[in-house]
Amino acid sequence: MGTNISLEEKFQAYVDAENKVEPKDWMPEKYRKTLVRQISQHAHSEIIGMQPEANWITRAPSLRAKLILLAKVQDEAGHGLYLYSAAETLGTSRDQMIADLQSGKAKYSSIFNYPTPSWADMGTIGWLVDGAAIQNQVMLTRTSYGPYARAMVKICKEESFHQRQGYEVVMKLAQGTPEQKKMAQESLNRWWWPSLMMFGPSDDNSPNSEQSMRWKIKRKSNDTLRQEFIDKTVPQAHYLGLTIPDPDLKWNDERGSYDFGEINWDEFYNVIQGNGPCNKDRITHHVKAHEEGAWVREAALAYAEKEAKRKENRTSAA
Amino acid sequence: MNKNHWKLYEVFVRSKNGLAHKHVGSLHAADADMAIKNARDVYTRRSEGISIWVVPSDQITASSPDEKEPLFAPSDDKVYRHPTFYDIPDDVEHM
Amino acid sequence: MGGGWLNGVKRDFTKEEALEEYLFFLADDALILGQQLSKWCSAGPVLEQDIAIINTALDHIGRARLLYQHLAEIKGGATTEDSLAYFRDHMDFRNALLVEQPNGHWGDSIVRSFFIDTFNFYLYDALRNCTYAPIAEIAEKSIKEIAYHAQWSAEWVVRLGDGTEESHGKVQKSIDDLWMWAGELFESAPVFEVLDPSFVAFPTLKSAWLNKVDEVLQMATLARPEDDAWAQTGGRYGIHSAHLGYILAEMQSLPRTYPDATW
Repeated sequence: MGTNISLEEKFQAYVDAENKVEPKDWMPEKYRKTLVRQISQHAHSEIIGMQPEANWITRAPSLRAKLILLAKVQDEAGHGLYLYSAAETLGTSRDQMIADLQSGKAKYSSIFNYPTPSWADMGTIGWLVDGAAIQNQVMLTRTSYGPYARAMVKICKEESFHQRQGYEVVMKLAQGTPEQKKMAQESLNRWWWPSLMMFGPSDDNSPNSEQSMRWKIKRKSNDTLRQEFIDKTVPQAHYLGLTIPDPDLKWNDERGSYDFGEINWDEFYNVIQGNGPCNKDRITHHVKAHEEGAWVREAALAYAEKEAKRKENRTSAA
Repeated sequence: MNKNHWKLYEVFVRSKNGLAHKHVGSLHAADADMAIKNARDVYTRRSEGISIWVVPSDQITASSPDEKEPLFAPSDDKVYRHPTFYDIPDDVEHM
Repeated sequence: MGGGWLNGVKRDFTKEEALEEYLFFLADDALILGQQLSKWCSAGPVLEQDIAIINTALDHIGRARLLYQHLAEIKGGATTEDSLAYFRDHMDFRNALLVEQPNGHWGDSIVRSFFIDTFNFYLYDALRNCTYAPIAEIAEKSIKEIAYHAQWSAEWVVRLGDGTEESHGKVQKSIDDLWMWAGELFESAPVFEVLDPSFVAFPTLKSAWLNKVDEVLQMATLARPEDDAWAQTGGRYGIHSAHLGYILAEMQSLPRTYPDATW
């Protein structure tokens, strides 16, 4: 329809001029869909991402480490909530988003389908996984959708301690006993490549990226973000005396960046499709908690309704 | 509606006395009392607030963007509402 | 065994020993409860309550740290908060049996918290006047969060009790099942006789606790078991249920596997 085209053009011009889009503003249906998909995926990642770390809270090796880890996982729950809250402004309920997560229709970051057998993973996740996430999130603080951008500002502010916490854990291990050092290296070996995959497929295989960039939902391409992450992280690994598990990794003077080896895209797509080591566990755990909590949610609601009625009766009697 | 679906509440936090309550986001709760407690745990984990308001989201009446122009455009030319509209000689102080 | 022992349990304490015992009562209750509550992380009935219960776990573990740090100061030498948490065995733990009971379902955990939070509220409120300054300071610092815990768990008891038929039945069973572990909280212990009365003797808290529990259960339309029902005992003397063995095995595994490591 003619009017639609002009509305879309107007929208594009509005976004091009660096204006923010707010919930009740007109937006192309595809913009709304893209946002719901991306924000809910982001929220699910925070929520599912609690599991691999929650796994170590009861076994944290010092009380200080236990408190920090607990606070960090709590932050993740909070961040998931901020993001669900942002997505709900687009007219999709949290219930719907959770149903989509549990049915497999909605995705979450594949990194959380890898297991955390070692305490060192608590460090590596903070350092690499949160590091990679921050790379993405800092960009998203300037995303064109207002509620999403505001949620990201809050998240980035709180998240700054996560990466430092992770690096501190790895540092203590890398500078500790030989067994601890071995733990740190072994963990880095497992997480390095999945961390690079977090930025998504390479630009020539990322069909949605271009439109997202045009709408300023996204502001940097997957490959750009990945390269920035590698360039930042490699020196941090060197500082710890750890080896990045990539024989092709070397500094390229001309580009002013590190060259790196080929990512195993076969693994990447398989883990997305559900074949990662923990895909089933993560969703099973989520469904179990949700189902076991049903009677609690019902009870709270039933009580609220009774209370509301009692209040009403008291007012009408008065 | 699902029988265990909790209501959505909008949360407003006053970060310190002297400032207005500011919208910080939303959350789900079975009732308003729980919403206040949830808001404390969710939105003031780093002592960001000293006072919280919660409002059921469906109780908020919002202006529609289509009315943006009629509602807000008129004030764009009420320049007399802005202090710089008035020519006051520089040597008049504390104005 | 010397004359200070009865049935394998130490009966007479010096003032110094009694102080340490008392601090371990407080610290071990806090640590074990915090450890248990932290398992709700990612498993709560709704995201908002995950966040809420983690908050209380953080408070308990934070309080345990303050108490262990003080104990480490008293003990001196190589003792640290972590050596106390990670290198003592079950027979050295002085927590009440109630806090080591399994999490069960949300109602079980809520009732367990409600019993201990209410106890803690009266205890720490009174300990603000303890003549021993370190305890008074910790009590002063903790009372606000403890008051919040007590309110939070009481509200949940009411919601579940006066919620649906199903929730009412479930939480009534939680109360009935956990009741025999609650009586121990008010048990007399020899250390109370050695310390001055400002170190609150736990039996003195019972009537206030019972009144509060009655008030909340009444709002919740729940029934309270007899207050003189048979109660389990042993925690304050280091005689524990099998649950504590697993809790400690899990919690202490890493430092004990690598005793030379620092984290």
